[in-house]
Amino acid sequence: MDIKRDYYEDIQLLDSRVLWFWFLMLIAALITFPFLASNYYIYMANYMAINVLVTVGLNMLVGYTGQISLGHAGFFAIGAFTTVLLMSKLSFPFLIALIGGGAISTLFGFILGIPALRLVGPYLAIATLGFGMAITQLIGRWAFFGGRMGIQAPPLKLFGLYSVSSDRELYFIIITITFLLTMAARNLMKTKVGRAFIAIRDSDIAAQTMGVNLTYYKTLAFAISAFYTGIAGGLMAFMLGFINPSSFNFILSIYFLAFVIVGGVGTIFGSIMGGVVMTWLILMLDKVQDLPYIGELLMTVSENWMSVTGIHNIASIFLGLIIVLIVVFEPLGLYGFWIRTKIYWKTWPF
Amino acid sequence: MFLQLLVSGISIGSIYALVALAMVIIYKTSEVPNFAQGEMAMISTFVAFMFLDTYGQSFIVSFTGALGFAVALGVFLEFVFLRRAKDPNVLSLILITLGFEMMLYGLASWKWGAEQKSFPFPVSDFDIVNLGQAVASHLNIATLFVALFLMFILFLFFKYTKVGIAMKATQQNMIAARINGIRANRILSITWGMSSFIGAVAGMMLAPIATLDPNLMMDPLLKGFAAAVLGGMTTLVGSAIGGYLLGIIETLFGGYVSLQFKSIVAFLIIVLVLCFKPSGLFAKHYVRRV
Repeated sequence: MDIKRDYYEDIQLLDSRVLWFWFLMLIAALITFPFLASNYYIYMANYMAINVLVTVGLNMLVGYTGQISLGHAGFFAIGAFTTVLLMSKLSFPFLIALIGGGAISTLFGFILGIPALRLVGPYLAIATLGFGMAITQLIGRWAFFGGRMGIQAPPLKLFGLYSVSSDRELYFIIITITFLLTMAARNLMKTKVGRAFIAIRDSDIAAQTMGVNLTYYKTLAFAISAFYTGIAGGLMAFMLGFINPSSFNFILSIYFLAFVIVGGVGTIFGSIMGGVVMTWLILMLDKVQDLPYIGELLMTVSENWMSVTGIHNIASIFLGLIIVLIVVFEPLGLYGFWIRTKIYWKTWPF
Repeated sequence: MFLQLLVSGISIGSIYALVALAMVIIYKTSEVPNFAQGEMAMISTFVAFMFLDTYGQSFIVSFTGALGFAVALGVFLEFVFLRRAKDPNVLSLILITLGFEMMLYGLASWKWGAEQKSFPFPVSDFDIVNLGQAVASHLNIATLFVALFLMFILFLFFKYTKVGIAMKATQQNMIAARINGIRANRILSITWGMSSFIGAVAGMMLAPIATLDPNLMMDPLLKGFAAAVLGGMTTLVGSAIGGYLLGIIETLFGGYVSLQFKSIVAFLIIVLVLCFKPSGLFAKHYVRRV
């Protein structure tokens, strides 16, 4: 819309005063939110922030670099278990354990990135899927990781001083980390690295011809994406207070991918929208029978034609339908919708 | 011991091979690995169960009804959703099939609940035939024969019928096929119906061995997909062989090494094979036009 006149205008973080205004408003809102909202909404916000983090990480791989991954639940699990184990077995402080979780996850991302160099389309899908399945199965079978029962997250102390126990206190940690990492991702995508990723997505052969080192950047994309997901996993462990391997399943990987697609492929802003909106939907649909009007209707349908015990599966039907409809009718996701609305009002009477 | 493991490996391999074939048929025409394959088969199996159990129909009526339903479901999904996709690239098509998967899974769980049911079947799993040192149940043998029979029919179909040849033409070059008067869209619908049919057969052959619940096809789907990738997503014969290979290797691993890690070994094999042969064992390496 606005003409970019030099390179620095292209790479600066926020390119207009209006954006700066909204950016500062967002920060203010994020800080005041926990003092105004009830516990449930703070829990919801934590959940959203963690999912946003995963979505941003996955989007850098799927949206920017064009590599599909169906195994991100594996990285999520690695981050969660490493963080908890580092703290409970080796009594690391929280932040170092979290970074450790991210680092181990990065290492696995790098390892997965190597076979992924030669794979495309369904072959990459099955390789990443196999990776995710193998990780969860291995964790579930080894007693060291708590086996099928899972493990308890240790009590959380920040800098060895402040004990963090409620969702409200955890909110500040999660939001700060998510905020910083999201900004970092946005910046990274404007640098040489981000442009290399996009070039690989559009055509890897052309990118290679132009001097982009495919080996380096493809593995880097996997590693960065795994890092974000690992950190998110570590945070998730403390949000839930308890982790067990069966929750890091194939369905979770699909959900992550769905966040990216619904939000908008290849945009950080879209990832934020996707993570927030989809988390809200998931939490709301979890108790679909309590919704006004619709709940009663669905209950009657269940009693007459379906089964009452399985009513919570409506969430799955609805989410599946949303994914299909978004992909079919709005390939750019919520971000595309937002852009079109913006352009419509910008040029309004015309 | 070895022979016995081989027999059960071939039996489960037949299921994998059928799922793999179903996936490959769709993949070859529309370049999308269909993740909803398993749930389409699962829901068709439930329809057969409903005919048998709730309405008390005979086996022939129920199975024909379920297979008919499977074909209709496949055509419906292709016609109503997939064909409308605005910007069909691989990622969005995969996402659409994942969306189907969630929808069908939710629908089946809502309708039939999560409790496990036993699926009545005309061939028994307990009557056995002695094969030297090993025994095979009637059901094992029936599974093998049904799988081989279907493969044979598929072979004839692609070789000698007009629709089969039109399908092959659409696979190779959709635009050229269109120019020659083939309705490519209709061919895609038929492909989905056929694939759904084969998947449903796999589901119904599996249901009496496993118990019938909405998770019935989750594992076979992933294994079938893995088998298809192992053999190469573009060859029908290769993917069928991949299915049998995977079934046998997996069962042998479970018997000799570790039963616990049996379900992981399939994926480790896939990752290893893909490291060295990125297009699978039997497919030609893809060549891309730039």
